[in-house]
Amino acid sequence: MVTLKDYGDYETAWCPGCGNFSILKAVKQALAAAGLEPHQILFVSGIGQAAKAPHYFNTNLFNGLHGRSLPVATGAKLANTRLKVIVESGDGCNYGEGGNHFLAAVRRNIDVTLLVHNNQVYGLTKGQASPTSNEGFVTKMQPGGVQSEPFNPVVVAVVMQAGFVARGFAGEPDHLADLIKQAISHPGFSLVDILQPCVSFNKVNTFKWYKDRSYKLDAAYNPEDWGSAIKVAAEWGEKIPIGVIYRCERHVYNYRYPDPLVNTEVDKTALKQIMEKYY
Amino acid sequence: MKNGATNVMIGGEAGQGLVTVGEILTKSLGRSGYSVVVIQDYQSRVRGGHNTYSIRVSNKEDIFAPQESIDILVALNEETLDLHRGQLGSKAVIIADEKFAVVGKGALGVPFSQLSEAQFSNVAALGVASAVLGLAEETVAGVVSDYFGKKHPEAVEKNRQTLSKAYGWAATSKIRFQKLRPAATVRKTLVINGNDAIALGAISAGLKFYSFYPMTPSTSIGNNLAAASKKMGLVVEQAEDEIAAINMAIGASFAGVPSMVGTSGGGFALMVEGISVAAMTETPVVVVVGQRPAPATGLPTRTEQADLEFVLHAGHGEFPRAIFSPGSIGECFHLTRKAFQLAQKYQGPMFVLTDQYLGDSYQTTEPFDIEKLSAVKPWDENAPSTLPYKRFAFTQTGVSPRLIPGLTGHLVVADSDEHTEDGHITEDLSIRKKMVEKRLRKMEGIISEVIPPEMIGDDAPNTLLVTWGSAKGAVVEAAMSLRSPRRKVGVLHFSQVWPFVPEQFMPRMKNAKNVVCVEGNAFGQFARLIRRETGFHIKKKVLRYDGLPITPEYVLSELRQ
Repeated sequence: MVTLKDYGDYETAWCPGCGNFSILKAVKQALAAAGLEPHQILFVSGIGQAAKAPHYFNTNLFNGLHGRSLPVATGAKLANTRLKVIVESGDGCNYGEGGNHFLAAVRRNIDVTLLVHNNQVYGLTKGQASPTSNEGFVTKMQPGGVQSEPFNPVVVAVVMQAGFVARGFAGEPDHLADLIKQAISHPGFSLVDILQPCVSFNKVNTFKWYKDRSYKLDAAYNPEDWGSAIKVAAEWGEKIPIGVIYRCERHVYNYRYPDPLVNTEVDKTALKQIMEKYY
Repeated sequence: MKNGATNVMIGGEAGQGLVTVGEILTKSLGRSGYSVVVIQDYQSRVRGGHNTYSIRVSNKEDIFAPQESIDILVALNEETLDLHRGQLGSKAVIIADEKFAVVGKGALGVPFSQLSEAQFSNVAALGVASAVLGLAEETVAGVVSDYFGKKHPEAVEKNRQTLSKAYGWAATSKIRFQKLRPAATVRKTLVINGNDAIALGAISAGLKFYSFYPMTPSTSIGNNLAAASKKMGLVVEQAEDEIAAINMAIGASFAGVPSMVGTSGGGFALMVEGISVAAMTETPVVVVVGQRPAPATGLPTRTEQADLEFVLHAGHGEFPRAIFSPGSIGECFHLTRKAFQLAQKYQGPMFVLTDQYLGDSYQTTEPFDIEKLSAVKPWDENAPSTLPYKRFAFTQTGVSPRLIPGLTGHLVVADSDEHTEDGHITEDLSIRKKMVEKRLRKMEGIISEVIPPEMIGDDAPNTLLVTWGSAKGAVVEAAMSLRSPRRKVGVLHFSQVWPFVPEQFMPRMKNAKNVVCVEGNAFGQFARLIRRETGFHIKKKVLRYDGLPITPEYVLSELRQ
């Protein structure tokens, strides 16, 4: 049986009060509840404070380039479909630098879970706006306030009919842990966008700001109705829904090779046949 | 040209079936025991425009490059005649529709409309050209059957009838033949191009994952691997962009699978950060860069050798690498294998630098002895079993024993940040220094396995032609042409442009009275690299950067000036 202890306990580089702490706890809870042992999992992260999270528990980890986690995760999953592959990074990585890979991952529907710490700011680089910053958000880099409308990853994923789309909140860790557990066990691409207060660099979207606005979708909500899911996903501002927003069955990326590719040999007879076509 | 090679050029618009004629003729020549060197000249479009397919053929194994002068011109459209009149040799034969205004010695006005329906006129042209060359009709018919066979059996019969009619017409008409001398030896050879050879070499080395974004001239590597993927158990994935392609290959490799990407200069530009992360995380990956004229979009369908310095320096930071530059189809196969071996052994990015000319050039090549060739092994059976596993353990060679995530109970952690031996982020500067030295120490191993440049021709030459990559064939032929009892000419060809070991070739360079560097770029990049590393200044250069491949005629004409 896997317990939280198996994932270890490590010192972090985060600010006291950072939303990342409860997300980290929720991730470990979800992994333990799913019965996954550390060596069965591969976390892939990018660059940012969120991307440091997988360093703080026991797992296989590829902490790569800013925005490029999804391609690495895709390659690793295709190479070894037995690995549970999870991407954990921030909004800058996944919706900015890696925006094209986000869209491609939804389309490809490969069995990878994407956990995004969405704090609507760039924390590691000290306070620039991110793709999800609200319009008008003032920073040193955007002194006149952000001019662009924020990117809403949840509505985009729902419109593209991603197989599992959820939003969680660092202030609701048990609820979040359950969402993550569901996302991990979903066959195909799954997204959990996680509202996360950044105590150091985002004085607008604070813990209270999220708490006042977020509401849990209850049992009466049907996440399989695409039309209503789009409307719910588009809700942002005064009301922010959290929970499973959309779920559907769709064709999962067809892995030809159930066994890890690393164990396969070169079939010389077959290769010679290919070569013979050039005679 | 001193040797008895014949150069056949087929010209027409895209969409006229020119490539079909070219490929069938090429294969027919190969099966008849001839040596061939093919180049294709095509514009960046799918219909229209002017395109050519040239086949240089010899009855001996003495051609290694294309030829500029034309001995047989097959014109599928009138524009071809106008554009290539200037290249015709004195005894050239022109095969063109009798409706075209073709005048002059050697012109065969062919009544194509009588020989076939319009859609098969390319096969009629094939038939006439084959008859002129003296190829046996059954040989060509056999290739036609194989070519159309499985997919379009109805087409086979129509094409064979057209072929027969064309041969029949040629036999009864008063035409001047250019019959090839019989092939010197009957041997079984492959007719294969550089990109095909790279794909085969990669598979034989254990490639299991290939990711790419289509880009001329490297796309056909992906086509080959996709076609072979089911049979050979490969994953071939088209990525949403080149950044995804390189990172996917790195992810697959991190999960233990030998991986490769193929691209050209512009796509490689997008992969550069990925090269740096492969080096930092010590993840093996093979990168094939097929060069074409740049900067930016340049000439998408032409050739050049101008990305040497780019590939040599690509990737921020300092890390070891090797760059192979095949000079022949056989070298495309074997050096791709070598790149895989080095990538696995020294755990980092390794490069194969080729170009449009070699990638697309069908040439007759010895078959590869697949049975004798082994594949790479990604993980280390001797990795320490003490916990925790340290992916980046300090060792004397700089190479750390490698475990693969998910295959054992050990955890594998890698980071693009500077890291401690166990892979976690560090900002400890003394560890930083040790890690830099660890990574660079791997260079010593790479250097110990370097492929020295090949010396061809006279051993103590007065004139030494230095070259690299696909220019090899043209330079070797030019050197053979120049050799005389009074003039000793040699060629020094680098099939590995980085690293190189000066002690292995400097004495030869210093002892030659005239040293000339031949390469396909404007800066003389390889000459610059030699000077940088050895102090030796090669002042005389033969450079080509008009998009066309280097030929023996080009080298000789430049040397005369």
